[in-house]
Order: sequence, then C-alpha cells, then structure tokens
Amino acid sequence: MSTEQAPATTGEGSVRDEALAAAVRPRRFGAWYVAEHRLRSMRAYGGTIVIGGIGQPLLYLLGIGLGLAAFLDQPVASGAHGPVSYLWFVAPALMASAAIGVALDEFTYAVLEGFKWRRLFWAMNASPVSPDQIATGLVIAVVGRMGFVVVAYGVLVVLFGATGSVLGALLTPVVAVLGGLAFGLPLLAYSASIKEETGQFAVVQRFIFTPLFLFSGTFYPLATLPIWLQPIGWVSPVWHAAEVGRALSYGSPPGAWPMWAHLLVLVAMAAGGWVVGRRVFVRRLR
Amino acid sequence: MADVWVGSPRVLAVNPVIEARALTKTYGELVAVGGIDLQVAPGESFGLLGPNGAGKSTTMRMIGAVSQRTSGTLSVLGLDPDTHGPEIRSRLGVVPQEDNLDTELTVRDNLIVYGRYFGIPRAACARRADELLDFAELADKAKVKVDALSGGMKRRLTIARALINEPAVLMLDEPTTGLDPQARHVLWDRLFRLKERGTTLVVTTHYMDEAEQLCDRLVVVDHGRIMAEGSPAELIRTYSTREVLELRFGSSRNAQAAVDLADLAERIEVLPDRVLLYAEDGEAVLAQVRSRGLDPTTSLVRRSSLEDVFLRLTGRSLIE
Ligand SMILES: Nc1ncnc2c1ncn2[C@@H]1O[C@H](COP(=O)(O)OP(=O)(O)OP(=O)(O)O)[C@@H](O)[C@H]1O
Ligand SMILES: [Mg+2]
Repeated sequence: MSTEQAPATTGEGSVRDEALAAAVRPRRFGAWYVAEHRLRSMRAYGGTIVIGGIGQPLLYLLGIGLGLAAFLDQPVASGAHGPVSYLWFVAPALMASAAIGVALDEFTYAVLEGFKWRRLFWAMNASPVSPDQIATGLVIAVVGRMGFVVVAYGVLVVLFGATGSVLGALLTPVVAVLGGLAFGLPLLAYSASIKEETGQFAVVQRFIFTPLFLFSGTFYPLATLPIWLQPIGWVSPVWHAAEVGRALSYGSPPGAWPMWAHLLVLVAMAAGGWVVGRRVFVRRLR
Repeated sequence: MADVWVGSPRVLAVNPVIEARALTKTYGELVAVGGIDLQVAPGESFGLLGPNGAGKSTTMRMIGAVSQRTSGTLSVLGLDPDTHGPEIRSRLGVVPQEDNLDTELTVRDNLIVYGRYFGIPRAACARRADELLDFAELADKAKVKVDALSGGMKRRLTIARALINEPAVLMLDEPTTGLDPQARHVLWDRLFRLKERGTTLVVTTHYMDEAEQLCDRLVVVDHGRIMAEGSPAELIRTYSTREVLELRFGSSRNAQAAVDLADLAERIEVLPDRVLLYAEDGEAVLAQVRSRGLDPTTSLVRRSSLEDVFLRLTGRSLIE
C-alpha cells in the first residue's frame, strides 16, 4: 500500500491545507455516501425486497379485485362522479400502507443496529461525514426502497385497472412515499433515541402500525366508523395519503377534506419527525 | 493557532500535528479528562498509557473531532475540531476501541464502502482496498464476510480501513486488547511498518509492553491527568531502577518480609502476591536476601518496565 503514502507534511501545502481540500467532497456529498452504503447493505436482502414489493400488491389486488369485490353488491365509496369500484377505493390505501411497511422495516431494527449492535454509525461518524448527513443518508436510501415498492404497486394498479385516472396513478406513488415518511421520520427519531431494545418495536408494530392500518379507512370509508374511533384516522398517515390518492384517482366526494389539508398534515408529520430525528442523531453521535 | 502555520515548509515540518493545552472533558460531575497538555510531532509515534477509565478514549475522541471538549484548546492538523471537524476527520485514520466493521459486507467491500465516505472515487477505493488487503495480510480473505474473521484479522481489517484515506495521523485506541500473543505480534509488526514509513501514530494502551514496543514518546495518564511524559527509556530511568527483584513469600508473609528487607533496595513495593525490590543489581540484592536467612518461595530478577513506572507514579498496577 503506502509506499506512496503521503508524508505528514508535504513541501507544497501543509497538512492543514490538505485537510481543507480533503473535506470539500464529504461536506457536499456525505449523505449520498451513507445512502450508497445502505443501499449496498440492502442488496443482502434484495430478493425479499423485490419479491415482497411485487408479490404483496399482486396478492392484494388479485384477492380484493377478484375475490372480495365480487361479494360486495353495493358500492362502498363514492368519488366526485358517484360510486366507484371497491378496487379503486382500496388501491391508494394499500399503496400507502406498503410505503409505511418499508418505513417500519428500515427505521426500527436497522437504526439500533447502527447505533448499538453493529455500531456502523460510529464508524461513519469517525469519517468526514457528520451526524446529520448520516441521518439524511439513511432517509435517502429508505426513500429509494419505498420508491421501488410504490412504483411496482403503481404499475400493477394500472395493469389491474385499479385506478380511475392514469395521471392520478402516476402521482399516487409520490403521495404514498410522503405517507411513508410521515410515519417513518417520527419513528426514526424514536428509534434513534432508544438505548436498550426491550420489545419497543413489537409494540410499535402491534399497537401503532396495526391499528393505524385497520382504523384508517383502508377497507371502508373512515366516516362509517363511530365518531369516537375516527380520530385514529385523522392522525394516521395511511388515511391522509389514501385520501389524497383517492382524490387523484377518482376525485373527492362532496364534503371530503380538501387535498391540501391532507398534504399539510403529512408534510407536518414528516417535517416534525425529521427535525427531531436529526437532532437525536447529532446528540447521540457527538 | 492558524498563524503558527504561516511560514516556510521547513518550519512547518516541526510544527505539531496535534497540540492540546488544558484539554478538559467532563460528563456532568465526572471529570473524564482533567486538563491535559500534549504535543505530537509529524512522524512521531505517541502513546497514552493508562488504566481503565483513565480518559484515553475520551482524549482520542476529542482529537478525532467526534466529541466536543468542555474547555481548553485543541488543534489537530492546525485546525480546531469545533469548527473544522470534517476537515480533521478527512485526514485522520481511526481504529476505535471496539470494532465497528460492517459484518454483513465482505472484507473488501468494507474497505471500499469506507473509502467512499472520504469522497474517494470508486475505482480508486477498489485499487487501494487491494493494496491494503495485501498490507494487512488479508488478501485471501477478500471475499469472505467479516463475521468469519478471527479477532486478530478483524483488528487488522480495521487498521486497513483506517488507512484507506492515506491519513496524516493514525489513531489507535487499544489496538491489541483482547488478542492472543501471536495475533498481537502480527499486529505490532504491521504497525512498525507504518512507523518506518513515517506515519504519525497515536496509540492508547494499558499494556506496558505495547507502549514500549510502539511508542517513541508517551504520557502516563491516570484519572484524566498526565502523571509523566517521556520516552519509555527516559521514564524508566527517571521513575525506576535498572532492575527489579520480585519475591514471593506467600501472601501472609509478604508484608513482614518487606519490612525486614527495606534497607536492601532503593524502593520496595508490596503487592498482594509479591514484593518488588528496586535496585541497580537485582542478583546482588537477592544474594543479600538469602544471606539474611529469608527464603522466598520464588524469586525473579528482571529489568524495570513501564509497569514499574506506573506503580511508582500511582501506587497501583496498570492491569488488575
Ligand atoms: N459518554 C460518556 N458519558 C459519561 N461518562 C463517560 C462517557 N464516556 C466516558 N465516560 C467516563 O469517562 C471516564 C474516562 O473514560 P474513557 O473511556 O476515556 O477511559 P479509557 O482510558 O479509555 O478506559 P478503558 O481503558 O476502559 O478504555 C470513565 O469514567 C468513563 O466512565
Ligand atoms: Mg478506552
């Protein structure tokens, strides 16, 4: 190796000038290096990501489109122009749930692994990359995986005719990723603050994710729930992302929340999680 | 600090790469590092020798620009870690006390992925990874997952990883703790080579033999303070005698024996299991011990080591 190793002090520039020059790229691209590392690690379970990403929507769309929908003799939901097919109604909610499922996968154990079990974040931390870049890089990589999953979903949705608007089908994955981040970034902030794993993630899965999935107007309109259960939907990224997806697909029925209100909630949740999450990373690594 | 670096290259060469004054780190009430002064020159091999909890890792983390100092001044490569963390870290190589390799990647990918963090292009990372695998004698393990490596191999890989950016200073926090003697020697041999090539090394250890082997100059630290500074030979000369006579009388008799023998040595230390007599000529003292009719169960004459220096300075052993 270092037969050509640079001596500590070269004739031309001092070690100081070398350091000033060497940090230019990491300061600019550090987050992308972290994302690159994460994506490389994901290759280890790339098969699961691809098969899950295509298999899950395939099963849901087939099961609901061919099976469940055939039993429903009266329409469950309406759009701007009257009743819509059941498949149209559930597809945006399923897509958002898929993005949130990725967040649940990537922003829990993987975070503790980085801080504690394999201490990968500490290795990154000793390099020129800074703690906020580590957090950003993780998010970039997860958005990459979410992107793959929701685009696969979107393609199948179009193939199954599970949308009222092809243009809407193009935009829905973007909203689903936003939904994934609205759930995922607060979760990232929480995970990064955990010092000792004592089953918190199982709690998140069972008592947060599952209720949000079931009571978010995923399989029937939120308004059909008793009023005292509806607040679960109001704080649920699944519901907000699904409602935007539905509006894009077949238009909102009269009396629905405006699209911007849903988007505002999603952006607020994602931004809040992000601000806190970054801070937790910096605190913990410095 | 910056103006010190303005000058001719000849002057630069003698400027320290690391300079700390009254460097302090506290965690709440606890003083982890209590105001230390140190300087490391380019090309030097500098050691921090001290027992568990002395503040070695804390000092290394402050120098490595990953932990903010509480007070004092610190300049690394002529820069302040508070304001130029990424710049400093760009030119350091860090071997942490606890391995943090990516155990799910292969040995070679660990080096490549890490090189990317320094903004090194992929092709250059790959080329350098192969050179470093040769250097670390891990070329035949290139495609193996890190999980499958022995402790010594992991340590060598961590050192190789720390060299991926051709650092100006290589920081090693207890490089051989937990390794068997053979693995330690292999590792020392690699570090010697780096030293020969002029790499600046900063090493922490609580092994006196490691400090003697690797360090041109070292500080003895205890409770976050520097107790002494010098080359291993200087420290031994200053704080100990040339030889040490170790006697064992059995744990119940050691203390009494020490009283009886007090006049024979320049200094006596009573440890739970043995008595240490410090003298220029150990054999001569042993002969006198025998002539007094005292009959130790075992006796050993050896040269003084840094362990003795530490004992003298702190009244405690380095390793319990
Ligand atoms: N993050 C932290 N928070 C609180 N206390 C800390 C922290 N890091 C270190 N300490 C304390 O600071 C003191 C010095 O610790 P440090 O790890 O620097 O010692 P060391 O010389 O490296 O010891 P060892 O040989 O065990 O590695 C110890 O009392 C330790 O408990
Ligand atoms: Mg330590």
